[in-house]
Amino acid sequence: MTFPKAAIPTLRIDDLHLSFRTYTGLIEVLHGISLHIRRGERVALVGESGSGKSVTARIILGLLQMTRSARVDGLLEFEGRNLSKLSAAERHRLRGTRMSMIFQDPTSSLNPVYPVITQFHEVLKRGEPAINVEVARERASALLAEVFIPDPQRVLDSYPFQLSGGMNQRVMIAMALANEPALLIADEPGTALDVTVQAQTLHLMRDLVVKHHTAVLFISHNLGVVREFADRVYVIYKGRIVEHGTAAGLFDDPRHPYTRALLDAIPRITGGGIPEIRDAAEEYFAPMVVHEGCGEPGGAA
Amino acid sequence: MKRTAAILIANPLSAFGVLLIAAVVLGAVFADFIAPFPEHRGAVVDFANFNRAPGWPYIFGTDLVGRDLFSRILYAYRISLLLGVVVLAIAVPIGVTIGLFAGYLGGWAEYVLMRITDVFLSIPPLVLAMSMMGLLEPTLTNGMLAVTAMWWPWYTRLVYNLTRGEKEEGYVLAAEIIGASRLHVIFREILPNCVPSILTKMTLDLGFVILIASSLSFLGLGVQPPTPDLGSMVADGAKYLPDSWWLTVFPGLAILVAVFGFNLLGDALREILGVDQ
Repeated sequence: MTFPKAAIPTLRIDDLHLSFRTYTGLIEVLHGISLHIRRGERVALVGESGSGKSVTARIILGLLQMTRSARVDGLLEFEGRNLSKLSAAERHRLRGTRMSMIFQDPTSSLNPVYPVITQFHEVLKRGEPAINVEVARERASALLAEVFIPDPQRVLDSYPFQLSGGMNQRVMIAMALANEPALLIADEPGTALDVTVQAQTLHLMRDLVVKHHTAVLFISHNLGVVREFADRVYVIYKGRIVEHGTAAGLFDDPRHPYTRALLDAIPRITGGGIPEIRDAAEEYFAPMVVHEGCGEPGGAA
Repeated sequence: MKRTAAILIANPLSAFGVLLIAAVVLGAVFADFIAPFPEHRGAVVDFANFNRAPGWPYIFGTDLVGRDLFSRILYAYRISLLLGVVVLAIAVPIGVTIGLFAGYLGGWAEYVLMRITDVFLSIPPLVLAMSMMGLLEPTLTNGMLAVTAMWWPWYTRLVYNLTRGEKEEGYVLAAEIIGASRLHVIFREILPNCVPSILTKMTLDLGFVILIASSLSFLGLGVQPPTPDLGSMVADGAKYLPDSWWLTVFPGLAILVAVFGFNLLGDALREILGVDQ
């Protein structure tokens, strides 16, 4: 596939299969998923626990490929380069520089035995190996100011356990964006935080990625958050993409039975009790629904 | 560090432990100045004063060839402490490194390393040390070697379990994702988080190493005469109980003081550093 330079998607996954070797044979976890993220686009991958969201993220980063029991097949393209054709060293160079990641629990994502500045320095070294502590400190405090941390110098000298969860989350966001990555993978960011803090930091994150033109793969099961954050949404169920559409289109007009069930699963603030949805149903395995104008590049749209 | 020291002194039990250890360490280091008869650490014979009960100037009494017990105990502490420190200085790095690699790498590395560790753990420690000493010549160096051989697997176990826990922490994943090497993850991310537990165990173990070394020399497999050693002093005196009780009681008490002191300190450290057993 050839694309004009500007139209090359930041990330393109085509027919990705993942299986694990076990004693009883191969178990397939991803049954051929395809997705793409254009430059600066915010794309959400939504599904229940165990649907394959997080393994997809790990495959993109190239972490699962290092596990010997995992078998990954399919096309993975990052900025037009086929990731499976890159050497280990080249892949290594991409991680933490061109692509980075934010996790669920910001506090456990920072090592408790080092002050924030030390960890920031490590991150900045990935992008600029020769950077010294003074320069790193300046850069770090500018980055922390960007995430509205009022007293960057104090935070830089603190240990992660001395900061609140929301503060750590901001530090994580600043670190993840420190090397100006092209792709940010956010794996249920802030799920461990309480709702108000989560909302604040998501807001902040959205403003920042827009400003830096960072493409985001947003992995979540929280539909409310996805609706606010993402441009486009993929719904994944048991290792298959079941519906793909723009955020507005998909939430206004959910067409796949599983998507509808997922939307119905949210308890209404107006009451009516906790909704009941069926665990697994035949109709959840209905063929993928692709909304108008949302085809995969190179495929039949 | 300052805070830790302040807490140690504030708690009466740990303060007592610190006091005991301070007495033992200072006594050993400055034995040359404190001991009333420094020459008695060697092969000295003074039949005029043999087998004397405690009194002046022999506060702990004298042994069967007339050597001052108090002086000999101070010099024996030197050997014991040296042995404890050297054994831990060798056993801890080996045990910790193996534990870190086994825990972090998993798979075959874990299988092989941990089974080797299990083999060492399955032999009763004293039996292992005794058979090693039986094969080798009973010298101080070989004694250290034997005790080291039985000591490192405990650190491997400890650190292996800690590593398995730390491995799941977000910061380890984060480090892997930004492309940190395995060595960086193992030694810079995981190891510092294990230090409190290792430190606590080392403090507790210093006492136990002294105890085991004394047991070895009690059995005649440790340091050889005329070098004073707490274990062999107890063994020699035991033949003359209860009449010459001081020959056994004072060296025995000396062992107790050292082991007890390190235990009190270790327990206090465990609480301060928040290490759970």
